[in-house]
Amino acid sequence: MFPILSKKILGPNVKQFVLQASAIAGKRKPGQFVILRIDLNGERFPLTIADTDVGAGTITIIFQEVGKSTFQLGTLAEGDAILDVVGPLGKATEVENYGRVVCMGGGVGVAEIYPVALAMKQAGNEVISIIGARTHSLVILESHMKQASHKLYVTTDDGSYGFQGLVTGPLNDLIADVNKKVDRVFCIGPVPMMRAVANTTKTAGIPTIVSLNPIMVDGTGMCGACRVKVGGETKFACVDGPDFDAHLVDFDLLVQRQRMYHKQEKLSWEKWKGIHENRIS
Amino acid sequence: MAKKIVHEAMAMPEQDPQERIYNFKEVPLGYTPEMAIGEASRCVQCKKPVCISGCPVGIDIPEFIKLTAEGKFIEAYYKVMEKNVLPSICGRVCPQEEQCQAPCIMGIKHEPIAIGRLERFVADYAREMDKMLIPERERRIAKKVAVVGSGPAGITVAGDLAQRGYNVTMFEALHMTGGVLGYGIPEFRLPKAILAKEVNVLTQLGVDVRTNYVIGITEMIDELRAEYDAVFVGTGAGLPYFMNIPGENLNGVYSANEFLTRANLMKSYLFPQVDTPIHVGKNVAVIGGGNTAMDSVRTAKRLGAEKAYLIYRRSEVEMPARNEEIHHAKQEGIIFRLLESPVEIKGDKDGWVREIELQKMQLGEPDASGRRRPVAIEGSEYSFPIDTVIMAVGQGPNPILLNTTPGLELNRRGFIRADPVTGATSKEGVFAGGDIVSGGATVILAMGNGRQAAGAIHEYLS
Ligand SMILES: Cc1cc2nc3c(=O)[nH]c(=O)nc-3n(C[C@H](O)[C@H](O)[C@H](O)COP(=O)(O)OP(=O)(O)OC[C@H]3O[C@@H](n4cnc5c(N)ncnc54)[C@H](O)[C@@H]3O)c2cc1C
Ligand SMILES: Cc1cc2nc3c(=O)[nH]c(=O)nc-3n(C[C@H](O)[C@H](O)[C@H](O)COP(=O)(O)OP(=O)(O)OC[C@H]3O[C@@H](n4cnc5c(N)ncnc54)[C@H](O)[C@@H]3O)c2cc1C
Ligand code: SF4
Ligand code: SF4
Ligand code: FES
Repeated sequence: MFPILSKKILGPNVKQFVLQASAIAGKRKPGQFVILRIDLNGERFPLTIADTDVGAGTITIIFQEVGKSTFQLGTLAEGDAILDVVGPLGKATEVENYGRVVCMGGGVGVAEIYPVALAMKQAGNEVISIIGARTHSLVILESHMKQASHKLYVTTDDGSYGFQGLVTGPLNDLIADVNKKVDRVFCIGPVPMMRAVANTTKTAGIPTIVSLNPIMVDGTGMCGACRVKVGGETKFACVDGPDFDAHLVDFDLLVQRQRMYHKQEKLSWEKWKGIHENRIS
Repeated sequence: MAKKIVHEAMAMPEQDPQERIYNFKEVPLGYTPEMAIGEASRCVQCKKPVCISGCPVGIDIPEFIKLTAEGKFIEAYYKVMEKNVLPSICGRVCPQEEQCQAPCIMGIKHEPIAIGRLERFVADYAREMDKMLIPERERRIAKKVAVVGSGPAGITVAGDLAQRGYNVTMFEALHMTGGVLGYGIPEFRLPKAILAKEVNVLTQLGVDVRTNYVIGITEMIDELRAEYDAVFVGTGAGLPYFMNIPGENLNGVYSANEFLTRANLMKSYLFPQVDTPIHVGKNVAVIGGGNTAMDSVRTAKRLGAEKAYLIYRRSEVEMPARNEEIHHAKQEGIIFRLLESPVEIKGDKDGWVREIELQKMQLGEPDASGRRRPVAIEGSEYSFPIDTVIMAVGQGPNPILLNTTPGLELNRRGFIRADPVTGATSKEGVFAGGDIVSGGATVILAMGNGRQAAGAIHEYLS
C-alpha cells in the first residue's frame, strides 16, 4: 500500500497527491511515470511523477479528473492509501545543456513539463516556458513554472488571463526573433497542441520532443497496448518512450488508439457517478 | 502378476461445452476418489518405469500411482511433492501427451495412464483436506537470496532455498505473483485460487514477496548483488511479437499478452464490475497454434464472440498446443482455419478492424524444428469480415532487465546465456532459468530449471 501523505486541490478537477514510495523516489528521473491501481477492482493507469523528495521518500502526482479512475482517485484523502504503485517507468527525458530551450505545457500537461523545465534549468539551459489552459481557473503550477524558467508565458484560450490564444502564439514570436535561436522544444499536452507545436517547429527546423500518452496496461513492455508509430516504426511508448521526436510521430494513430475504449469508459464512469456523485469535489 | 487390462483411461467429467462457453469456471471437473483409484489401478507398475524418463523433473510416477490405487492419497501427494512443488498446476497444464504419458507402456496398445489427471487429483485432494505440505525450514542460514520474477521458475527457486534456510526475497513487476500462470493462463484452465494457495506456501516458508517491483527499473541487478549473496533471474519471455503486416495497429488488434492480461490479470470479463475494459467483436480471429493462441480464442468465445477463428499456417499435427486444449477448443465451437496465414488487416475510416486478408499455405520440406515448413500459395489470397484480431505468434525476452545489467551475456536469440545444468550466468553470483533462458517453453521445464539452479545456488553459497 502507498499512503497519501498530503492532498492539494490545484484547480477545478486538478488534484495533487504526495505519496510515500521511497524505492520509486530514489530512482526517478524527470520524464518518468508510475502506474497505479487504486483498489482490487481498479484498472492500471499511468501518471507522470511531477516531483520527488528523495530524503522523505515521496513522489508527487498531479492529475486531472477525466473519467472513472481519476475521479475515484480524487475522492481519496490524506491518510488513505493506493493499493499498487509501480515505477519509475519509461525512459527519462534526455537532459543536456542544449542552450536555449522552450518548455511547453497544456492543461494538466503542465504538471508533466514542470520536472523537465526544472531539470533543463539545472543543466544550464536558458529555459523559456509557455503554459496554456482553456481559462484562468485552469492554469496550474504557475509559480512553480516561474521558478523553473528564466521566462514564463501564460496563455488562455478565452483571454481571461495572460495572452489570449494558443501556446503556439508566443512560440511563433520566439522563433521569429532572429537575434535569438531556439535550440530545442519540449512539449506535453493534449494531442492537438502537440501536433500544432510539432508542425510549427518542423518548418523552423527546431528539434522537438513530445511525451506521448497512449493507453497502457503493464507499463513494462509486456503487452503492447501502448503501440505508437514513430518514423514509420511501431514502438512501445512505455519502454521506448514516452518521449519521442515530435516530427516523426504519427499523431493520427495516437488519437485513434486513445479512443479505443470510449464506449466502455463512458459506461464505467456513468455507473460510478450514479453511486458516488456526492463524493466528487 | 496377472492383472486385467483396462484399455481406456478413466474419463474426467467436464463442464458441458454449451454451458462453459458462457462462464470462466474450470472445464475439467476432476476425478472423484473412486475414479482416481480406478485409473491408478490400470497402471501395471512396470519394473522399468519408462514414464519417469518422460517427466522433466523425474517424479516417481509408479510409486505415487500405487499409493493412489491403495487410496493413500495424501501419501501419494507427498511422493509427488518430493520432485514437483506445484503438482495441482502441472497436473493441469503439462503437455502430458508429449512428456510422461508419451512413453507409458500402456499407451502402446491402449490408452496411456492418465498421469496428469492423477497428479491433479492427489494435489487437489490434499489441498481440500487442508493437508498441503509446508516443508519445515531445515536450519537458518544467515544468507540472503534475491529471486527476480514470480513465475514457476522463480517460485521453485524461492521455495527450495527458503526450505533450505535462506532468507529469500522474491521481486515481481506486476501487482500479482505467478507469472504466466497468473496473467496468461485463463481461469477456466487454472483457477487463480489454486495459484494463490501455492504462492501462499512461499509466504509461510518466510519468503518476502514484493510485488510492483521491477528489477532494472526500481532496483538494478548490481544493487541486488551488493545486498544479496546470490540472485536468480526468472523473468520469462514476456515480449509480444507481432507479424509486421499492414494494419496491426488498428483498434481491435491485440497481442495475446494484452488480451489475456486484460481478461485474466485484470478480470475484465467482469467489466463494468471491474474497471479494465476489453473489446471483443462478433467475429474474432486469433493467429497462432500454441497454448497462447488456444487460450486467447477460448477466452474470446467466452467473452461473447459469435464466431471465433483460430488461424494457423501449418496443419493440426504441427500445432504446439496441448492436445486437450485443441480438443476442448473444437468442442466449444472454435473454427479452425488451418494452412492459412494473414497478409493484411484492413480497417474502416475510424481506424477499427473490419477485414482480414488470408493467404493459403501448403506444407513443404521439414524446417529446423522438424516440422514441415508452410509455403505460401501465390494468388490464393481472400478476405473475410472480422472485428477483433489477436496475435499469438510467439514471445521474446523483455529487454528491461537485460539492457540495464552490464556484463550479463545473452545468447544468439537474445535470451540470457546460462549454464544448462547450474543456471550460472556470465555474472558472478547471478543465476537464471525458465523462459528467459530457454525461450517460451513449459511450466515444468521452468520448474526443473529452478530446481537445478536452487541446488547450484546452495552449493555456491556453502
Ligand atoms: C505516460 C503517461 C503519463 C500520464 N501522466 C498524466 C499526468 O501526470 N496527469 C494526468 O492527469 N494524466 C496523465 N496521463 C493520462 C491518464 O493516464 C489518463 O487521464 C487516465 O488513465 C484516465 O483514466 P480515467 O478512468 O479517469 O478516464 P477514462 O474515461 O477511462 O479515460 C479517458 C481517456 O484517458 C485515456 N486512458 C484511459 N485509460 C488509460 C490507461 N490505462 N492508460 C493511459 N491512458 C488511458 C484514454 O485516452 C481515454 O480516452 C498520462 C498518460 C500517460 C500514458
Ligand atoms: C497463454 C500461455 C499459455 C501457456 N500454457 C501452457 C501450458 O498449458 N502448459 C505449459 O507447460 N506451459 C504453458 N505456457 C508456457 C509457460 O507458461 C511458461 O513456459 C512458464 O510460465 C515460464 O515460467 P517462467 O518462470 O520462466 O516465466 P514467467 O511465467 O513468464 O514469469 C516471469 C515473471 O517475471 C516477471 N518479471 C519480468 N521481468 C521482471 C523484472 N524486470 N523485474 C521483476 N519481475 C519481472 C513477470 O512479470 C512474470 O511474472 C503458456 C504460456 C502462455 C503465455
Ligand atoms: S510433472 Fe508433468 S510431466 Fe511430470 S509427471 Fe506430472 S504431469 Fe507428467
Ligand atoms: S509406464 Fe505407464 S504403466 Fe508403466 S509404470 Fe509408468 S504409468 Fe504405470
Ligand atoms: S503498456 Fe504494456 S507494453 Fe506498454
